[in-house]
Amino acid sequence: MGKKNLSSENRTWFKKGLRDGVPISLGYLAVAFSLGIAAKNAGLSALEASAASILCMASAGEFGGFTLIAAGASYLELAVMEFVINMRYMLMSAALSQKLGSDTSVLKRMLLGLTVTDEIFGISIAVPNALNPFYSYGAVCIAAPGWTLGTALGVIMGNLLPSNVVSALSVGLYGMFLAIIIPPARKNKVIACLIAISMLLSALMTYAPPFCGINQGFRIIILTVLISLLAAIICPCREENNAA
Amino acid sequence: MQHSTPVYILIMFLVTYMIRMIPLALIRKEIKNKTLRSFLFYVPYVTLAVMTFPAIINATDSPVSGALALIFGIILAWFGMPLLQVSVLSCLLVFILELFI
Repeated sequence: MGKKNLSSENRTWFKKGLRDGVPISLGYLAVAFSLGIAAKNAGLSALEASAASILCMASAGEFGGFTLIAAGASYLELAVMEFVINMRYMLMSAALSQKLGSDTSVLKRMLLGLTVTDEIFGISIAVPNALNPFYSYGAVCIAAPGWTLGTALGVIMGNLLPSNVVSALSVGLYGMFLAIIIPPARKNKVIACLIAISMLLSALMTYAPPFCGINQGFRIIILTVLISLLAAIICPCREENNAA
Repeated sequence: MQHSTPVYILIMFLVTYMIRMIPLALIRKEIKNKTLRSFLFYVPYVTLAVMTFPAIINATDSPVSGALALIFGIILAWFGMPLLQVSVLSCLLVFILELFI
């Protein structure tokens, strides 16, 4: 009997994930379009670029990868760079592990690993209380086709989409990030301060020498570790971990 | 040495996937350490904030429309508008603004 309730609960979460994945998928379509153009410039076919997209689901990681492929880099160089650019996902996965019930099977956890993108992580960590992995599965099922299709279209159609449409669509992902981080900031002053500090330092590191040469993936990981660690030492949170 | 594109793509996949999967598969218990718990609690907010700014300003054709979309998005989210609406309305704002810029 318990089994039946569980599977209907999984289905509900899956559907919820599908629904919340729609804006992600649309945003991905636009971002991946420009990724596809980069892949084409690196000499990849639509099939190769789509395979990279559905397997990796990582904008910065793929952009970087295509650049190295175009440059004929060694396999080791590619592996090291992918590790550095994508290291932030390790932190996200560690954070996500704390939202899983301890009875969540290894297989479910391994599948969940396929869903950890910036955006799907964002909505998964924002679920109240424990995370049912089927929520993330639903989101990735709708988001991955958008990402992959966008990449393929970018390779095939090049610059056909008007640039003002691409420009408008490209803020969609950031709008989503804001919808995730701002409402908790309204209730928690520490989070509000952290967001302000993070944005400030991020801008500083992007534009001010000597930091401005640092690549984007590396900047994200340095700032995330430094700011979160300092915050954890200076003002450790009370028992609200599950409310993330 | 001749490199093959499928091997390149396979390496990209394996590294990216391992990074995501290993912490999920290995960290099975509740972390008790207070500092570590707080650290993981703050990570998503800091990461998403760092990724949003200043990238949003460089994402649009005009930095002005990107900056206004940021402010607009913060206001909408502050007043509790759901994910999809914040996202779509921000896009719409940029589209309309860039008709005039």
